[in-house]
Amino acid sequence: MSDTPVQDSPAPAGLTPADLEQAQRREIDTPSSQVMRFGPADALPLDAGVTLAPWQIAYETYGTLNADRSNAILICHALTGDQYVASTNPVTRKPGWWTMLVGPGKPVDTDRYFVICANVLGGCMGTTGPASTNPETGAPYALSMPVVTIRDMVRAQARLVEHLGIETLFAVVGGSMGGMQVLQWASLYPEKVFAAVPIATGARHSSQNIAFHEVGRQAVMADPDWLGGNYIAAGRRPSKGLSVARMAAHITYMSDTSLHRKFGRNLQDREAPTFGFDADFQIESYLRHQGLTFVDRFDANSYLYVTRAMDYFDLAAEHGGSLARAFLRTSTRFCVISFTTDWLFPTSESKAVVRALNAAAANVSFVEVHSDRGHDAFLLDEPEMFRTVRGFLTGAAHARGIPAPGGAA
Amino acid sequence: MTLSLTPATGTAIRGDHLVVCDLVPAGARVLDVGCEDGALLQLLTERRQIDGRGMELSQSGVNKAVARGLSVVQGDADTDLADYPDHAFDVVILSQTLQATRDPKGVLEQLLRIGGQVIVSIPNFAHWRNRMQLLWRGRMPVTKYLPYQWYDTPNIHFCSIRDFVALVEDMDATVVKAVALSGRGDRIGFSAPWWLWNLIGEQAVFLLKR
Repeated sequence: MSDTPVQDSPAPAGLTPADLEQAQRREIDTPSSQVMRFGPADALPLDAGVTLAPWQIAYETYGTLNADRSNAILICHALTGDQYVASTNPVTRKPGWWTMLVGPGKPVDTDRYFVICANVLGGCMGTTGPASTNPETGAPYALSMPVVTIRDMVRAQARLVEHLGIETLFAVVGGSMGGMQVLQWASLYPEKVFAAVPIATGARHSSQNIAFHEVGRQAVMADPDWLGGNYIAAGRRPSKGLSVARMAAHITYMSDTSLHRKFGRNLQDREAPTFGFDADFQIESYLRHQGLTFVDRFDANSYLYVTRAMDYFDLAAEHGGSLARAFLRTSTRFCVISFTTDWLFPTSESKAVVRALNAAAANVSFVEVHSDRGHDAFLLDEPEMFRTVRGFLTGAAHARGIPAPGGAA
Repeated sequence: MTLSLTPATGTAIRGDHLVVCDLVPAGARVLDVGCEDGALLQLLTERRQIDGRGMELSQSGVNKAVARGLSVVQGDADTDLADYPDHAFDVVILSQTLQATRDPKGVLEQLLRIGGQVIVSIPNFAHWRNRMQLLWRGRMPVTKYLPYQWYDTPNIHFCSIRDFVALVEDMDATVVKAVALSGRGDRIGFSAPWWLWNLIGEQAVFLLKR
């Protein structure tokens, strides 16, 4: 199925659930990627009003930082993404989740730019999150991990970028929750962001979006194996709950049109309905598959934390209800991208951001890409999006004095 | 007339674009309303080193302009100009777009509010060729510059050079400079009274100020 986001396509043969579980556990504290560790002297202040220490952030880099350190692009991943944007995921052994956009000669050209992608705070791929071991107790934090926000995630990334010796990022690029981080970056550190590309996102999580997330969290917490969040210590996994959460969320990532085109009302491996509750329809078996493969690579408590971070995001609220004030006097160049059939972050949400940027006299471009594939379009083969990102970054590179990719636009 | 070529696209530069280019000071902050695929913005960036932005209704135009590295948003002049703060730009350009707006006076009002200077180019409905079509054939004019039939045209508010000048005066704004263009896009090089320009100018470019 060409529409399926890369990370949840069938696992390569030979990987047993036990292998996957072992790999997932290993990556939580000792990731295969690069990792930067911060001690008590570098405690991270959180919006929840507490500080986190020690803490760590796992990241991947691609390409080479130029001599004047002006070509760094930070990629921000979506809800259940990770730092493996353009390299093999060590748990699933599948290719990176945005290899169509990021790589040599790609719109985010790693021959030209130095690309950084970090696992978010609250994640489960090597950055401190609820599954990480609390050094004070030797057990996973579980629910004793403070709730994190998008702003906390961005602060953590800013520490990483600073320690990499980068004063100003050439660009921050991300979709969905990654797009929220892009907007937060531009608002929190305008002088550190030369260009910003928020894709399929908004400046707040809508009531409907919060509602879907709550369904997912309640599914996790209703699983008898969740054990009040202490399942890792007990050697259990709330797989059923997390799987249901992913199934519900997955529906919101697609459009009615794309679902109907792929599955219609077709039956799965049978001629007639069974008059029971097996997965008679192809869409049912597809969703079950999505749910099952997801639990192999994601931690249930992490899912609670990152969905909560999205729910709390409201950039206007941080600025007295005025979104324009979040970007006042910014010199960042913005390129906002939305998709016509995205009903999770509809074009109206992107337009609200564009209106605010105009009111703040910001340098802004806005493109609505025609696609019938819903929210997930940002992870898929969408030539219009690629052309936009390539064109925008090339123009911005010219403005910043970075040589244009391949010597031509 | 010698045709100029933009190095980036290799296409001919429109005559009215060259006239606009001459009116824009170097390094200005410019908003081009109805910028199509960004050809004028690109010309101004190359020749005048402007800090340019664009607004365009058609998504295909926006996408082409952004892919060329220009800053352009999808938007409707009739409704979306209200989002921009007062005096946000040194120059606001409305190139061959006024006749397609629902509320030309309201749009012009917004342009004068947003920009220190306003450049408007319009097709002249009172050009002699149009007058002839109406007078002799009794049909709505269809020409190279007004290529649409009356029932499918995006142009819903036509005016003549004289109508436009009257509107500007009515709005307490001033025509700082006006250039009439021939059908080929050449500048009409001599100065003439409005009535003559109104007859022979197929397009006109105005620099306005309030």
